[in-house]
Amino acid sequence: MNNILRKSAAELADLLAAGETTSVALTQACLDRIRAVDGGADGGGIHAFLHVDAEGALAQAQASDERRAKGELLSALDGVPIAVKDVLATTGLPTTCGSKILEGWIPPYDATVVTRLKEAGLPILGKTNMDEFAMGSSTEHSAYGPTRNPWDLDRIPGGSGGGSAAAVAAFEAPLALGTDTGGSIRQPGAVTGTVGVKPTYGGVSRYGLVAMANSLDQVGPVTRTVLDSALLHELVGGHDPKDSTSIAEPMPALVEAARQGATGDMTGVRVGVIKELGGEGWQPGVMARFRESLDLLVQAGAEVVEVSCPSFVHALATYYLIMPCEASSNLARFDAMRYGIRVQPEGVAAPSAEEVMRATRDAGFGDEVKRRIIIGTYALSSGYYDAYYGQAQKVRTLIKRDFDAAFEQVDVLVSPTSPTTAFKLGEKLDEPLKMYLNDLATIPANLAGVPGISLPAGLAEEDGLPVGFQVLAPAMGDDRLYRVGAALEALLAKAWGGPLLEKAPEIPVVEPVETTNGVTA
Amino acid sequence: MTETLLSFEESLEKFDPAMGLEVHVELSTATKMFCGCPGDFGAEPNTQVCPTCLGLPGSMPVVNGKAVEAAIRIGLALNCEIAEWCRFARKNYFYPDMPKNFQTSQYDEPICFDGFMDVDVDGETFRVEIERAHMEEDTGKSLHVGGSTGRIHGASHSLVDYNRAGIPLIEIVTRPIMGAGEKAPAVARAYVAQLRDLIVALDVSDARMDQGSIRADVNLSLAPKGTGALGIRTETKNVNSLRSVERAVRFEMQRHAAILDGGGSIVQETRHWHEDTGVTTSGREKSDAEDYRYFPEPDLVPVAPSREWVEELRGTLPENPTQKRARLQAEWGFSDLEMRDTVGAGALLIIEETVAAGATPQAARKWWLSDLARRANDAGVELAAVGVTPAQVAAVQQLVDARTINDKLARQVFDGLVAGEGTPEEIVEKRGLAVVSDDGALSAAVDKAIADNPDVADKIRAGKVAAAGALIGSVMKEMRGQADAGRVRELILEKLT
Repeated sequence: MNNILRKSAAELADLLAAGETTSVALTQACLDRIRAVDGGADGGGIHAFLHVDAEGALAQAQASDERRAKGELLSALDGVPIAVKDVLATTGLPTTCGSKILEGWIPPYDATVVTRLKEAGLPILGKTNMDEFAMGSSTEHSAYGPTRNPWDLDRIPGGSGGGSAAAVAAFEAPLALGTDTGGSIRQPGAVTGTVGVKPTYGGVSRYGLVAMANSLDQVGPVTRTVLDSALLHELVGGHDPKDSTSIAEPMPALVEAARQGATGDMTGVRVGVIKELGGEGWQPGVMARFRESLDLLVQAGAEVVEVSCPSFVHALATYYLIMPCEASSNLARFDAMRYGIRVQPEGVAAPSAEEVMRATRDAGFGDEVKRRIIIGTYALSSGYYDAYYGQAQKVRTLIKRDFDAAFEQVDVLVSPTSPTTAFKLGEKLDEPLKMYLNDLATIPANLAGVPGISLPAGLAEEDGLPVGFQVLAPAMGDDRLYRVGAALEALLAKAWGGPLLEKAPEIPVVEPVETTNGVTA
Repeated sequence: MTETLLSFEESLEKFDPAMGLEVHVELSTATKMFCGCPGDFGAEPNTQVCPTCLGLPGSMPVVNGKAVEAAIRIGLALNCEIAEWCRFARKNYFYPDMPKNFQTSQYDEPICFDGFMDVDVDGETFRVEIERAHMEEDTGKSLHVGGSTGRIHGASHSLVDYNRAGIPLIEIVTRPIMGAGEKAPAVARAYVAQLRDLIVALDVSDARMDQGSIRADVNLSLAPKGTGALGIRTETKNVNSLRSVERAVRFEMQRHAAILDGGGSIVQETRHWHEDTGVTTSGREKSDAEDYRYFPEPDLVPVAPSREWVEELRGTLPENPTQKRARLQAEWGFSDLEMRDTVGAGALLIIEETVAAGATPQAARKWWLSDLARRANDAGVELAAVGVTPAQVAAVQQLVDARTINDKLARQVFDGLVAGEGTPEEIVEKRGLAVVSDDGALSAAVDKAIADNPDVADKIRAGKVAAAGALIGSVMKEMRGQADAGRVRELILEKLT
């Protein structure tokens, strides 16, 4: 593997600035790496990408190098390539959301975050794999086959953003964008040993993000270092008039907070350990790494206390009502009338629009999507609305109040990101409820709209797989994530003698495979 | 399929009608409800669309502030309360002309509620209570091709135009209107007419019923006389002229009465109105049976108009329609009967414009309530769509006043205007309609009339001046109507007295 691939985005920006590499060379190195390890779903590779846009990325890299020669850089990350989750609309590039129903759809517009990447000069390598419409915790629900965990190819990379996390963990891309509705950035981050941030709700524009649950979805960075996440977060975040729910106030200074945190000084920072998220039933190796990290924070001067958030025990049930309700309505538009695939019903000579809709939705949606549409449709039905959706909204308010009360006592809340390390492919596929439990610790933040980060906390004793440490902050307190995250990252790197991903096994080279939409990886 | 009807009179003897009117007003804002696309009527199909109004995956709505402003002004003009805080909601149902398969509307939190409008019918005032007025987006438009009816049944395929999708609508819903009895059809018509006048005065919509910018749905039910109960209702959709509103109420009253009188029961359903035959036919069975699974739109933040803004908007309201009618009646010197006919014909505003263009009130009333009303009626359109503008009516009247033409010839000028032949002056010229006031030609015709009618001439000579009418008629016939009747009379009297 080309050693430049191991560099963080911040380091790459420095190398570009120093003239020690070019954006074209860097982008080509990423494309070569993708070609070497990604493969297709059946090729035994990582399969982080659904579509690779080699030509487009190299053209953007070329343009970046030309800007640099003229001294007309667009941003600090100009020329650093990035991968984008396939749930974000990209002009001219397929956007499938991991679903058959959108196969071949090429949006005529860019998501606001994609526009911001382009305006900042980041070459877009391609679109990353995901659970269909972001519904899942393993990326096994992708209609185009699962992504594999770079730490163990027989294991899941988390989900729904397993593609973005695996691409970054496998050194196929230094940066990626993900989306997080119940943990889809943070949980894949945890199980792949990468950093993932779910910003404050409204902190990053959702315009062009194909919605699963509008009141929960957020776009966020997927990277290998905390500083890189801060850089990317600052770049894509901030008010967007096209998203009515986006926050008008300016973001706190995130990069500055990350740099400040990297000194490792936690003096005076009050850290609350969420009593309800951890302990019995959680993988012992996960708990052990979590407690070690806490000890490091204490040694660095942090004040660590236990905080109770009693309503969090209802978070999963609440989430699995609100999310499917919104999703069932969002997914109604996939009806074969305007875009995506159209399936003619069998044995019907002159099918009506309704019959075509039914046949298309039957063939185009996977089981997990159908499951959530059915749940949501049921829960919104007259006579059930109050008992389900209405009640869930009340519990949601209680969860917000728990956060409010907790943040009166502490600056940040912490927990393990996920109850277990990466499980085996297929292990939980037939047990949706077990699958849902992966997001136990990440869901409360989405329900309350508060920001959260997951960063690597080491490897579990029993399986040698990465463990994630989650930090949560009050709404618009995203800077606290970066301060605490960067401090813990620095303390852990000192303890390990380098980044965790250095310990990841070498990934075997596989045959390059045509990706789903005919773009060669 | 023909329906059995009870006579209107008999239906009233046995039943009391209750009506509910739902009126959709399409706003004429520069852009759509939730995106920046224009909403001009009649553009090439699917040219006024963007990711948001096409409902493309990932697109998001942003509320049009001007539409909120229009909604509040309509609400205030209807004496409504304005919500301090309200939300949009999704109304979920599948239909190909609805891009997202949900309509972004308002549900249990309308922006305007609890208002009323006083409606004048034959000098009597009915208070129509307004339950709510809420904001929503229009759907696209389906065109069903290949069938004989233009409806989906029997069509070979359908085309969808999304230009209309996302255009802002205000839906104004009345409470049940009870106690109108035999005047129910007239009350329905007068309510819609007055509402339309109000919308015009507010300048928030094109207010063209024939183009669908105002669409009325008529709910009607009957209850046994004197019980004060509410029967099972039917909803007649898209009744698109004032006359049709009246006819649809009347038809449904008679249809319901026949069914109930025969011991049957009403099926709660949507019905289609047929303008040409004046009947309703069964649509889909639905209404309350359908479950729209409403829930608050999570992509939009609540609308919370400040009280200061609401008061500011209250200051922009046009004159109250009742006061306006009283003022105009005084200014125009119309009798109560004349005023009633004017309002009933929905001609108030158009007469106001005609007077503003220079015609006398009586002349304006004469044309709009007779000749032009008949044309509108025959064509099944609003007065405003008859093809003659208030300014043209004023110009025609000026020609009459100048004795260039007479009333009879004026009707031919209107023919020419409807046919688009040019200005009134050009039409007079082209059609050769100017009256003859050349004494030479008239004198010869008068002499001929006297010679042809010696006995009438003798009567006039004997002092019976009133008999001159017969001779004038004879001259007019001779001149094929193109004579100045006043001058003819003068000439006759000159020659015979």
